[in-house]
Amino acid sequence: MTNAVLTGLVLGGMYALIAMGLTLQYGVARIMNLAYGEFLIGSAFASYFLFTGWAVNPLVGLIVIVPVSFVVSFLLYKIFLTPLVRRARTRDALEVDSILATFGLMFIVQGILLTMFGGAYFSYSFLAIPVTVVGEVLAMNRLVAFALAVVLGTVLYLLLTRTRIGTSIRAVAVDPASAPLVAINVPQLSALAFAAGGALVASAGVLISMFLTFSATSGVVFTMKALIVVVMGGIGNLMGCLVAGMLLGLSEALVATYIDPGLTIAVNFALFLGVLLVRPAGIFGRGGR
Amino acid sequence: MSVSQLLIGAVSLAAIAGLAVVPSLVDAYHLALGITLLQFTILATAWGLFSGPTRYVSLATTAFFGVGAYTVAVLGEQLPWPLVLTVAAVIGSVTSAIVGLSTLRLSGVHFVIFTFGLAELVKQLVVWFEVNKSRVLGRYIFLDITQQDIYWQLLALAVIVFAVGWLIARSRLGFALRIIGEDETVARHCGINVTFAKVALFVISAVFMTLVGAIMAPRWTYIEPSIAFNATISFEVVIMALLGGAHRVWGPALGAIPLTLLFEFLSARFPNTSTLIMGVVFLLIVYALPSGVVGLIEKIRQFRRGSAAQGSGT
Repeated sequence: MTNAVLTGLVLGGMYALIAMGLTLQYGVARIMNLAYGEFLIGSAFASYFLFTGWAVNPLVGLIVIVPVSFVVSFLLYKIFLTPLVRRARTRDALEVDSILATFGLMFIVQGILLTMFGGAYFSYSFLAIPVTVVGEVLAMNRLVAFALAVVLGTVLYLLLTRTRIGTSIRAVAVDPASAPLVAINVPQLSALAFAAGGALVASAGVLISMFLTFSATSGVVFTMKALIVVVMGGIGNLMGCLVAGMLLGLSEALVATYIDPGLTIAVNFALFLGVLLVRPAGIFGRGGR
Repeated sequence: MSVSQLLIGAVSLAAIAGLAVVPSLVDAYHLALGITLLQFTILATAWGLFSGPTRYVSLATTAFFGVGAYTVAVLGEQLPWPLVLTVAAVIGSVTSAIVGLSTLRLSGVHFVIFTFGLAELVKQLVVWFEVNKSRVLGRYIFLDITQQDIYWQLLALAVIVFAVGWLIARSRLGFALRIIGEDETVARHCGINVTFAKVALFVISAVFMTLVGAIMAPRWTYIEPSIAFNATISFEVVIMALLGGAHRVWGPALGAIPLTLLFEFLSARFPNTSTLIMGVVFLLIVYALPSGVVGLIEKIRQFRRGSAAQGSGT
């Protein structure tokens, strides 16, 4: 029981971290990024490459990979997605367009990864030391990943609630039409939020690569889970991400331990539908659309 | 009935007759290609039936296709063929009704997310059931159905899907769906039962997808969940329908034919980079042809009409 709960907490922390990046991209920049998981896998491969090729510690690798992804995501938004934002007349139109565009992007990133690495599964052994926590044995790398996820989540929360730029980002999330009236540069902040989301997912990718096996095609699963967590928690809401992510991780771990490991996706969907039928705007969402 | 309508009717009848004699004229390779073309034409048209007017992007094609194929794998040898197809259609409609009722009340984005994982969900449930209850993973299909039979069945289904699409576009239901696509709030204020209209069309579209899966199943002889629920089909169908333009009944077919040929060519020549090229094609369509080939044709027509005298729009 304790073991299942601990596994669930670690997993849930990861889901929450992944979802926080997506909620920035979707809640603020209004880009429904279906290529999101591909960026996670991309940085997992980058970390693998650094570790096996140059023996770079993944935690050090973070310092390289995260800023690079920030810049890549920023450019992606500026060059590639801005035309769609300009073309869209309504928010719904932008949603559909961004779904389709990032869908194509998903194939491109996946295709590049496939040609580089093939369809095989990859993993590396880093900090695979057993540690005893409340009477249960866990791998060190999972604990480190969890701790870093907590740190990153807290930093993001403080940035968004305690700084001026964070406040303006939240203002864009709440009402993009009125934000310019108080001298907020919406396009610039949207690009920034999209890039921050890219940086977050890259850090999640590095952390996950330390303890999970991954392949060029496993990004879709992460996209799906991130989307489920974001929608369940309420779009654009960090606390929602945390609660929904934990809920998802715990229920997955419990079902895998006590019922059947082959039913995790069914659990995801049951939770997703259950929450949405009771609260269509998500656990922490406000108002109905 | 006007002359042009009669002409269109005569031409399409001739085309159907022409397509029906194709199997006796060509070799096995071209017959197989014809089957693939018909398969994607029906899938894309069925996708367009629902997603065209409502603008809900559905990624659930594979789920229904797989349900059809798996029904045949399980029941194929126990029941006569027409009955198997009927059962497949019933299962497909029940599944889609459940999915539709539980997700179509939600906003468009939630629907996309749900259908994004639906194929994976159904696949996992089938695997779970096969492993734990029936204890077989992977089934053989030995049916006395030739490639020609598959071709003719698909051709018949294609005719039906176009006929149904044509009828829906002229019915109250089709009109209601177009209003929903434009503005759902307005539709609700007009007294349209929004949920019923969406679910009804979702079910109709899903039944066609299920039937395609069922008809195609004998082609494989061996079937397992990862073959039946191959997610690429959903994606390909969306690209095809978008290239053609999903707001007209015959639009998706215009995209299905060239793209099927393209993918066939690519997977034969460049098997490793086909995913990459598919992504590039997708982006080209989204950026350069947002309303598809049909939209382009209509724009050109409008341009010509604009330079001539003003006529009543059709």
